[in-house]
Amino acid sequence: MNYIDTNLKVVGTRPIRPDGVDKVTGRAVFAADTRASGMLWGKILRSPHAHARIVSIDTSKAEKLHGVHAVVTAKDFPDIANEEAFVGEGPMNFRDLSLNIMARGKALYEGHALAAVAATTQAIADEALALIDVKYEVLPFVIDVEEAMADNAPVLHDDMFTGGVTPKPTKPSNIAKVVTFKKGDAEAGFKDAEVIIEGKYTTKPVHQAYIEPHACLATYSSDGQITIHSSSQGHFMVRAYTAKLLGIDLANIRCTPAEIGGGFGGKTLIYLEPVAVALSRKSGHSVKMQMTREEVFRGSGPTSGAAIDIKIGAKKDGTIVSVRQVLKFQAGAFAGSPIGPGCMCGLALYDLPNVEVIGYDVVSNRPKVAAYRAPGAPITSFAVESALDELADKLGMDPLTLRKKNAAKNGSKTHYGVTHANIGFEQVLAAVETHPHWKTPVKAGQARGLACGFWFNIGGESSASVHVNEDGSVSAATGSPDIGGSRASMGMMVAEVLGVPVPRVRTTVADTASIGFTFLTGGSRVTFATGMAVTQAAEKVVDELKKRAAMIWEIPADAVEWRDGMAFPAGSNAGAFEPLDLSAIALKAGRTGGPINAEVSVNAQGAGAGFGAHICDVSVDKETGHVTIERYTAIQDVGKAIHPSYVEGQIQGGAVQGIGWALNEEYIYNDKGQLENPGFLDYRCPVASDLPMIEAVLVEVPNPRHPFGARGVGEVPIVPPMAAIGNAIRRATGVEMHDLPMSPPKVRAALDAAGK
Amino acid sequence: MPKVIIASGGSCHQFTGGKTEFELEATTFRQLVRELDQKYPGLGSHVEEAMAVAIDGEIFQDAYQVELKPGSEIVLIPKIGGG
Repeated sequence: MNYIDTNLKVVGTRPIRPDGVDKVTGRAVFAADTRASGMLWGKILRSPHAHARIVSIDTSKAEKLHGVHAVVTAKDFPDIANEEAFVGEGPMNFRDLSLNIMARGKALYEGHALAAVAATTQAIADEALALIDVKYEVLPFVIDVEEAMADNAPVLHDDMFTGGVTPKPTKPSNIAKVVTFKKGDAEAGFKDAEVIIEGKYTTKPVHQAYIEPHACLATYSSDGQITIHSSSQGHFMVRAYTAKLLGIDLANIRCTPAEIGGGFGGKTLIYLEPVAVALSRKSGHSVKMQMTREEVFRGSGPTSGAAIDIKIGAKKDGTIVSVRQVLKFQAGAFAGSPIGPGCMCGLALYDLPNVEVIGYDVVSNRPKVAAYRAPGAPITSFAVESALDELADKLGMDPLTLRKKNAAKNGSKTHYGVTHANIGFEQVLAAVETHPHWKTPVKAGQARGLACGFWFNIGGESSASVHVNEDGSVSAATGSPDIGGSRASMGMMVAEVLGVPVPRVRTTVADTASIGFTFLTGGSRVTFATGMAVTQAAEKVVDELKKRAAMIWEIPADAVEWRDGMAFPAGSNAGAFEPLDLSAIALKAGRTGGPINAEVSVNAQGAGAGFGAHICDVSVDKETGHVTIERYTAIQDVGKAIHPSYVEGQIQGGAVQGIGWALNEEYIYNDKGQLENPGFLDYRCPVASDLPMIEAVLVEVPNPRHPFGARGVGEVPIVPPMAAIGNAIRRATGVEMHDLPMSPPKVRAALDAAGK
Repeated sequence: MPKVIIASGGSCHQFTGGKTEFELEATTFRQLVRELDQKYPGLGSHVEEAMAVAIDGEIFQDAYQVELKPGSEIVLIPKIGGG
């Protein structure tokens, strides 16, 4: 059923969040809070070298240390073939994943795991790590993406030959693949252009900086059954990847999701779980592992840094006639940067006749990248949206007018072949134009920037169940870890369908043995896909409730209608009966056929793309180069906000992470390829005191493929901030800011270079 | 017949020898995958495992059940994940 134009009573309201009290009082159980009888502590030895051949690893002294129960190295894990395999979670090169969790042959970045121990205390585990003797042959390393592409660069993988080019290369390279997207004829388009701008932009790898480090507790029982409690964005993903890396049947692993203290894409792959299981198998004890913050920075994935060249040609009236973009993305030590979305997202916002985009996926001696909110999109959009502003200036045109003139609309065909449908970009730009922030003159000493962003949003496989309890209250369960408030939104959709108050519905996240397969929480898919599953499950329960009422009244089921949480006779012909509510029907469930519940699994398609636009006012201290965000407004098409407060929170959070990416965050390496700022003191994320209130404006263009019109919201808001801020700084200072982060020393240096 | 367009210049071209547009006889996506494998061995499996498809403008990550119309435009794009 589609509820988009119906009179909704629950969806769109702001009930109190169900997990709030436990989280603010510290009662919520995160992975690091888990304990088991006889539990050991697992710790990992990491490479101090950015690139080194592992000559030998001698663990004998560590194994003899009192209190040490197990030591594992790569020898304790099966060899995995170099192929992309498919285990229900999408394609993954499991050889690379296996090599990333435990180095084999070579250490490929500082922080690469080499061995692990399990001991009775953390102190003994640390002592044991110090007793492991690793002999290295230190190799030349490369950190920067363009240096890694050079002919004379140290090559990380002797068996990596650039894909996507013909003829197939015979010499190994750090360029894993080249992808190309073309529409029309870019070169011919530039010949028609009356104004052309060109620029080079760079972004730095930034970490997702979730507050909760990776942690897990694993128990390998003597009968081969395994339980894992861990922090992740998908416990089915943890199960699948752990099973694959250890050669274990999925049915032997039961994964329970802990509360998650942030993921933002960084917890869509695993680091610790197979190691903890291997240590538990070897020691016969439960093993707990948790990374330090330093390990999170040195050993887990940031998103890519990049170098981007862009050329835009336009007519004098602002019509863009051609764009060429070349993107070089760092993948870290293993192939797999988000170069595909990077090539697609930046120009998806505009209706362009001629486009050529070339992307390079490049390995270097850094941690393997992981997804980060709208993977690839913020990077490409920094270049596109900055260049568009410079084009607007060159044309003497307002930046909003330029974007409106070229905005994609329903029916616009993108350069990657998809035709936009049911999108709300024009409505977002209209909301910018009428918003008080845009209409208010810029204050003296400040400057304003505008930038836009796009993300596809995805659907996929989800499972949900709805149970009517004996007293008529309702329990709902899904397989989606709750990262952005999904327990609230799922419960609200169930309450809306059943016609009961929100507090009558409690939602949980079920473990892998208790609910059907559910793809991980990512890509802004849960409200859309799992929401579809839970809505359908609630509808099935309503059908069953009507049957039960019909049985009690001894009338046909189709003579019963359900509204406001009660069964009514459908009309006077059906008979005269007092309505039956959930409690009354649940009370007689045993007599009318047994428990009332439903489970639904879906593979949701048609997620509906998201668009946003951010307005940012800044002031720049020209003496120090410090940039202050004075006012910030984020406007986004969210389809239908199920719980508007959570949606606003997603938008605010994404914007703040983008502001950190824009102004401060970067990895600083020394001349040995070692990270020098692996902590929040020196890796500077923005905090509340750095920022004004982020105003989130919700534009609601319903997504017709979702029963309530929802579309994903979590990814888009991180896309525009870098360019919005850069454009504002450029207007404030007259200096083009093409390199992130725009931190005080960089801004001051740019001002110096411009003689300002 | 539905028209297949390869948008990504990387991974699919290795199977088609660089050809970017062609037509295939198919009424469902499942049939299309089989036909792709028949015409360009390995491409159908590759599409299933690593690609998403846009059918008449709408993206499908897994789409066996989707019906294709005569003249449907099927664009092969990289599979989309997310954070």
